[in-house]
Amino acid sequence: MKARVHVMLKDGVLDPQGEAVRHALGAMGFDGVDGVRQGKVIELDLADGTSEARIAEMCERLLANTVIESYRIETL
Amino acid sequence: MRAAVIVFPGSNCDRDLAVALEAAGIETTMVWHKDTALPEGTDLVGVPGGFSYGDYLRCGAIAATSPVIGAVIRHAERGGYVLGVCNGFQILTETGLLPGALLRNAGLKYICRTVPLTVGTADSVFTAGYAAGERIDVPIAHHDGNYIADAGTLDRLEGEDRVAFRYGDNPNGSVRDIAGILSENRRVLGMMPHPERAADRGHGGTDGQRLFAHLTAAMDPA
Repeated sequence: MKARVHVMLKDGVLDPQGEAVRHALGAMGFDGVDGVRQGKVIELDLADGTSEARIAEMCERLLANTVIESYRIETL
Repeated sequence: MRAAVIVFPGSNCDRDLAVALEAAGIETTMVWHKDTALPEGTDLVGVPGGFSYGDYLRCGAIAATSPVIGAVIRHAERGGYVLGVCNGFQILTETGLLPGALLRNAGLKYICRTVPLTVGTADSVFTAGYAAGERIDVPIAHHDGNYIADAGTLDRLEGEDRVAFRYGDNPNGSVRDIAGILSENRRVLGMMPHPERAADRGHGGTDGQRLFAHLTAAMDPA
């Protein structure tokens, strides 16, 4: 089985990289881009039957820093 | 007085840190990240700057899971001293020994220059050689030094006099100008500036030297 983990900076945590992308889009003439947040996607190739709780533990302990980041697990 | 400096793949300030400690009269051993124990009688653990594990995933994240870190956490929990500089500070936040996190610099650029700092407190073995409010010059060299923590944590750090150093002219966006913080028991210090790069006249400045010079006199055995 596969799972995809989406890691994003929490709301309220300034994302300087996302801001730089937003500025660049504006400079290229893409109007109306009010905000950009940049995160990461981690794909996991897992043994069948790996529980979502187990994946959440991986997120809590390594894949995300929950001080600044939130995560969402998508099993495929 | 004995120190252990941890060496991760990608550490690049480990030898500088050891030289500064040795110059202060502290017997220093290098410890490989795969070791699971610290040398007998270690009083201080130095977690050096660099790019441990290539900064993969997040700065310090992989290092915080390495075999030696369990021993470092046990050392800290029994009251041992820990000094984390730059990537070492990032690693200490990733382990949870220090609160908060270090984000990408607000200006997105890697910054390598000497910056003015204000000493936040003289109440720790690391800062006792300074006066609170004193201005010193220490180099920074980082891409991810933008300190962040929630408001409650920040209020607590300030209320408990645990901000060790503040930037005089905030270079990276750190909340409340924070450059270095102490643990609750004041024995773990994490800081982005590099005192070991201002510890010898050949460095062009010696304001970091007092941090090391004072340790021998001040440390209680853990």
